Amino acid sequence: MPNMRMDKNPMPSQDPNVRNKNFEEVALGYTEEQALDEAARCLNCPKHPCMDGCPVQISIPEFIQKIVEKDYEGAYQVINRSSSLPAVCGRVCPQERQCESKCVRGIKGEPVAIGRLERFVADWHNANVTAAPEKPEPNGHKCAVIGCGPSGLACASDLAKKGYAVTIYEALHTPGGVLAYGIPEFRLPKAIVQKEVDGLKALGVDIETNVVIGKSITVDELFDDFGYEAVFIGSGAGLPRFMNIPGENLNGVYSANEFLTRINLMKAFKEGSTTPIEHPKKAVIVGGGNVAMDAARSAKRLGADVTIVYRRSMEELPARKEEVEHAIEEGIVFKLLNNPIEVVGEDGRVKAVRCQEMELSEPDESGRRSPVPIEGKINEIEADCFIVSIGTSPNPLIKSTTDGLDTNNRGCLVADEDGATTREGVFAGGDAVTGAATVILAMGAGKKAAAAMDAYIQNK
Amino acid sequence: MYKIVRKESLNPTVTLMEIEAPLVARKAEPGQFIIFRATEDGERIPLTIAGYDREKGTVTIIFQIVGAGTEILNSLNVGESVHDFVGPLGNATETDGLKKVAVVGGGVGCAIAYPVAKKLHDIGCSVTSIVGFRNKDLIILEDEFRAASDNYILMTDDGSAGEKGVVTAPLEELIKNGEEFDEVIAIGPLIMMKFVVMTTKKYNVKTVVSMNPIMVDGTGMCGCCRLTVGGKTKFACVDGPDFDGFEVDFDEAMARGSIYKPFELKAREEACNMLKKEV
Repeated sequence: MPNMRMDKNPMPSQDPNVRNKNFEEVALGYTEEQALDEAARCLNCPKHPCMDGCPVQISIPEFIQKIVEKDYEGAYQVINRSSSLPAVCGRVCPQERQCESKCVRGIKGEPVAIGRLERFVADWHNANVTAAPEKPEPNGHKCAVIGCGPSGLACASDLAKKGYAVTIYEALHTPGGVLAYGIPEFRLPKAIVQKEVDGLKALGVDIETNVVIGKSITVDELFDDFGYEAVFIGSGAGLPRFMNIPGENLNGVYSANEFLTRINLMKAFKEGSTTPIEHPKKAVIVGGGNVAMDAARSAKRLGADVTIVYRRSMEELPARKEEVEHAIEEGIVFKLLNNPIEVVGEDGRVKAVRCQEMELSEPDESGRRSPVPIEGKINEIEADCFIVSIGTSPNPLIKSTTDGLDTNNRGCLVADEDGATTREGVFAGGDAVTGAATVILAMGAGKKAAAAMDAYIQNK
Repeated sequence: MYKIVRKESLNPTVTLMEIEAPLVARKAEPGQFIIFRATEDGERIPLTIAGYDREKGTVTIIFQIVGAGTEILNSLNVGESVHDFVGPLGNATETDGLKKVAVVGGGVGCAIAYPVAKKLHDIGCSVTSIVGFRNKDLIILEDEFRAASDNYILMTDDGSAGEKGVVTAPLEELIKNGEEFDEVIAIGPLIMMKFVVMTTKKYNVKTVVSMNPIMVDGTGMCGCCRLTVGGKTKFACVDGPDFDGFEVDFDEAMARGSIYKPFELKAREEACNMLKKEV
């Protein structure tokens, strides 16, 4: 009999006033008992609409039934058919907009906590299974993957499972892309990312760190000198945008990318780290996305009073609802309908952030209400740190060193449904194509491209 | 891991290392840089490429021991390895079409100025090298520089070798006396480059400077190395490191370079203590 309770099992979490002083994981994960109780809420619908909401179409009711049967490794194997990073996706996917948004139980009451169950299964596997996966039979073909973020990892994993010799080229010294440098430890422990990457290596995927494609090796050389038959570009959207306002180059002003890279990749939050970070007392973050939440919550953990400045209102915040709630619980202040116009300095350092108050206009034809300045309403927030988190765009390095690779007016690579770019044999996916989006969308794009690369090579 | 195949002390505070890095050696050009991490938990630090051997697959770096990171790098010996070594990064120094150039190097900046002078010399350009050091014990690459220069002018602050004084003095003298340089290329401490630019601006001689801001990734993803050039924000790691000296906001660059001073002093002390313990 299914468990017909209306609400989800809540996620056990660290207390907000404790966790806002440490970098340990906020959400602690379900116990076996909680997972079993939650799994019993799934009705095992024959039409399983939840699967349509998952960008990689994990067989959701199937893995949940395995949990009900207490066959946790079986559940893991079901997920692993579609996703190579379940411990990551169970943690960082916006399930409320994906699988869980389609769950039948969500019509009356709360949907089944699919993400939390996925996480439970992946963590169970990582804690209990040590056997290496079986290496697939080599098929004699070679592919290169540029970028070791979610799209590259997914693409490499699917190609390796088909028997391809796959090499991933990563510019940084650590694999993972945004999972390594962007998403903080308290949302996604780096040991978990490492574990998933090790799983890929066990499949036979070769990861070459410290190689910048476009500088160390060009895309043409990957084909001509290194003998790859197809190339996947998953180089992401890592180029930070600044606001181009006065004072932006003062000391104490960071892009969110720099702030988070120092903290996550370089471990600057740890005592004795060789990479420095300033410990601000009053930090102002501009932006309303997940990255802004991550930067704000990180600054809080370094001991700062933190204010997020966003030019629209609470409803328009693009960040996940859960992240916004966590930020509020941790004591982060939201200053809405405000937009920074100047960073005020003293002796070369940030002293305050001057903001223009905004109001939302009437909806235009598309129903969008844009923020407009209210004349004369200007205020100042005292600050010793200003973090710019207004978005990123794709790095132009690969495009500028590769002939015949078209980009659109936002600098994103042009690719069709299956990831084929305008250059033969070159495929692309993830943020490099869409601009900054989500981990799971990047993974979905990587999987699609892997299938297209396989078809391309087999039909050549 | 990147093996150290040669290590030489050029003077008490400057070390040369030749490192096995075939992918970097394949493409490296004068003016480009690498980023290294000496050890697994080390900081990422940029260094300009001082030389390369494409056949051997090695890259030469020359560094001054100024803080914790370079102290730890200097503690490694031939046969040991540098944990990470990525490059070549940034743009190569433009040398196309140059006929007569003054290359101005200051201190350890001469390690970067030398390959530029050599490349210019190799393409048939007339090279006047003006190099400056604090005193005679700190002079590096003198023979190499002389071989690559039509005119080599050595300056020391205390007059213990070459002429006494700063590099801008002979530079201004030459320009005043009618030397028509297509370009001046200045590589050294920010303050030196600033003064070179102040000198050449008076005579409107195009001046290229090699900027050395704080970097993290070195691939354009963080903007830590940003500078104001001609009123616009530029990332030194991808737009540079060479820029038109007349356009660079040096005062801002100097302020940004000092952000982590207190941290760096403490880190160096700790590194020294740690290395002492190991001995």
